[in-house]
Amino acid sequence: MTALTPAGAGEPLTRTIPVAPAPALLRAAMEAATEAMVICAADGDIVVLANAEAQRLLPALRPGAPVAGPLTGDASFRAEHEGRRLYGVRRPLDDDHYAWFVGDHTEAEERAASLELERSRTAFLAEAGRRLSASLHVRRCTRTTAELAVAHLADAAIVVLPVNGGQCSWIRLSPGHAPEEGTLAERKLAEVPGLVEALDGFPPIPSQWLDPALAPGWLFPADLGPVGALLVIPLPGNAEPAGALILARGGNQAAFTAEDEMLARIFAARAGAALSAAVLYQEQVATTTVLQADLLPPELPQPDGFELGASYQAARDSLRIGGDFYDVLGPPTGGSDTVIALGDVCGTGPEAAVLTGKVRQTLRALRLVGVAPEDMLRVLNQALLQSGRRQRFVTLVIGSVQRVEHGRVRLRLASGGHPPPLVLRADGTVDEVPTKGTLIGVLPQTVVTPATVELAPGELCLLYSDGLTEARGGPSGDEQFGEERLRRQLAGCHGMPAAVAVERLRQLVSDWVHGGPRDDIAMLAVRAHTRPPLSLRGGGARNASPYLVAARRGDRRSSRARS
Amino acid sequence: MTVSTDLRLTAADLDRYLDLVGDGDEREAVGLAMSLLDAGVPAQRIIVDLIGGTQARVGELWASNEWGVAKEHSATAVSERVLAAVAARTDVPAGRGRITLACVDGEWHGLPARMLAELLRLDGWRVDFLGASVPGRHLITHLHQTGPDAVALSCMIPTRLPRAHAAITACRAAGVPVIAGGRGFGPHGRYAQLLGADAWAATGEEAVTRLASDWPPEYVADDPGTFLGDEEYTHLVRSRPQLIATAMGRLPAVFPGAHHYDQAQIDATAEDLGHVADFLAAALYVGDAEIFTGFVEWTAEVLRTRGVPVGALRVGLRLIRDQLVDFPAALRMIDEGVAAIAD
Repeated sequence: MTALTPAGAGEPLTRTIPVAPAPALLRAAMEAATEAMVICAADGDIVVLANAEAQRLLPALRPGAPVAGPLTGDASFRAEHEGRRLYGVRRPLDDDHYAWFVGDHTEAEERAASLELERSRTAFLAEAGRRLSASLHVRRCTRTTAELAVAHLADAAIVVLPVNGGQCSWIRLSPGHAPEEGTLAERKLAEVPGLVEALDGFPPIPSQWLDPALAPGWLFPADLGPVGALLVIPLPGNAEPAGALILARGGNQAAFTAEDEMLARIFAARAGAALSAAVLYQEQVATTTVLQADLLPPELPQPDGFELGASYQAARDSLRIGGDFYDVLGPPTGGSDTVIALGDVCGTGPEAAVLTGKVRQTLRALRLVGVAPEDMLRVLNQALLQSGRRQRFVTLVIGSVQRVEHGRVRLRLASGGHPPPLVLRADGTVDEVPTKGTLIGVLPQTVVTPATVELAPGELCLLYSDGLTEARGGPSGDEQFGEERLRRQLAGCHGMPAAVAVERLRQLVSDWVHGGPRDDIAMLAVRAHTRPPLSLRGGGARNASPYLVAARRGDRRSSRARS
Repeated sequence: MTVSTDLRLTAADLDRYLDLVGDGDEREAVGLAMSLLDAGVPAQRIIVDLIGGTQARVGELWASNEWGVAKEHSATAVSERVLAAVAARTDVPAGRGRITLACVDGEWHGLPARMLAELLRLDGWRVDFLGASVPGRHLITHLHQTGPDAVALSCMIPTRLPRAHAAITACRAAGVPVIAGGRGFGPHGRYAQLLGADAWAATGEEAVTRLASDWPPEYVADDPGTFLGDEEYTHLVRSRPQLIATAMGRLPAVFPGAHHYDQAQIDATAEDLGHVADFLAAALYVGDAEIFTGFVEWTAEVLRTRGVPVGALRVGLRLIRDQLVDFPAALRMIDEGVAAIAD
């Protein structure tokens, strides 16, 4: 402080004025104070003096009367008095007197409360946004909407989805109940005040116009008690509402304020957007599932005399279809040979998958005419050349598989520009099947050299696509898996059933790639039985890539199994 | 693990089943399981004690070099089919909810998860079993398409923990709680919580109990997930190819036998060094040296039963260690590993 004193100022900066003011002046100062002051005599707690503000806040105080109202205690009080929130501090004045200093905190507390409310609303809407955007599944979105509503807006909530086939799905959350779900006939919607309008997308009817007494008894569980306030809000969607939200507060005094209604509408807008995105996504998924059903690898039949194992992995993880394919066509009526095919359309992804679909369809038709594998390749070549589409070629191996005597299996194989199949012999050696031929879909004439191999019991023939041998990885991260390694690993599968051998190769190449990118990979193995065929058909078939199947057939399979 | 008194599986049943799967005799193995079911043994006991118990013995037989890879894989395949046959014979109405089951990307031990799938189905869940090694994007796509009440994630090998972390984080971001299971999550599932799983179960039956009695877990707002994987981890993962290449290059100098390795032996050695790097990376990722020492001890035992001197493992560890001199945590873990196999 001294350092701040200007040099040579001579006088200290603060002084006490040694003049006693007149009592009238003191009194005027007290009256002018913005804080309420009440001076009391300690003896009998009698009010001696109360300034103007004190008279305003505590009109019951009378000088000369005992102090009353909230002015109690030794130190301080906080109380609500005549609709105002007061805060008072008691201070001793001299041996016989003390004073109360009372402030009016009503406005400040209201501001704080509204700020707190605003904050909690913002937090609620932020949480709602985060949780609603997490899922693209309609039921989960619906459930999340109801959960958020009962956590922040009402005692009980129902989300009603739009009418679909005369029925509306709903989810209800109410205190003391697990989430409930069900459907509601369209004609019953009219029993709930405002619901038909909300589902038609009209703006919500203000809560005070909805008589909760008109709500049907089935709307909420009986133990919720009387519904004091009801709010029915549309969940806005794309062009049409995504559903409606019914909110209820229990107790006769319950109400929704205008702010509550506004908050509920803001929330409903978010929930509606999330729900309609989920609906859109589910529609797309349903469409895609139908379209790609024919492009997915087939379920393997269980032919007599030999076993099959197959695996297919699309290059893109989120897609289940690509440019590689395999197919197994069982014997036609009266025939005895099974046709197998495995191929690779140039490119990956849906464009390539569409062409694999055409190739497979052509093969199925050719199968019915009963032509040899090499002739199937020739006709396929013509068909692809004449389809007039942009140049897309395909390489594939077609084989006709037949059981012959002594448990042996004969394969006639024809390759159109595809890596030749490998055969794992009973002694553990690996041979290459000597078939070769030109690419399919490029040249007007194909040249195909077919080959015939026989498998003794336990021997295995592997058809594969070059995605397997060209998979890059290994210790250096950039080395191809290669044909040599494939042969060695295939030799290591000696003694394994076809499905197990294919699964093992899939695992080895996956480890080789070590999480890096890879091309489509398809494998199909035929193995002559070592012992009589298995009793368990279908149910135990080990699909090389079960997660491919789960989403595709899960529903169908479980409905069959459970029906 | 309680077995009802009158319908107990006998040691003879277990031995016979082991023989059958070792033989790859699916027909007889299925027959045995069916006759036990008919005799009144609960399906859960067949799944847990017969199939699960046998699978543990198969693993031991492989580790002790009594069974080869082909036999082990064939036995597992037979058990999968027995499991499918048991499932086909036991029909339980699905009344609980829907659950998605998957093995972490790169995790190929699918049978334990498949067993859990059947246990859950028997408990009334509608189960989508996505199988072994499920890519993360597939899992999330599936969640959006089916909206399950839970994801059960299986991880048997700790090297998949970083992938498990990514999968758990993604599932939770998609609003679906995760229950983790499998040895990969460590003793008492200690890494499961670290990686953000909502729950962990030591056994399939424990998972069934937890999901039936205490699910869903409370929603935790604002959980951005833990960031794991420090600089050392990142370096190790990035430089994995160079680490292995350098170690392979220096190998013949310290281990003269390597001069005459054929391609298969070279591949096998590089793969082993890759495992060293991967387990070290996993240990660094979760910050627990036990993952690495456990791996070193287990490898030493597997080598010993195959007549390979433990010295070969020490050579490999030293070749990796020499390249990580600037990484104190990695060095400490390798040294602990080396100390664990000192004798």
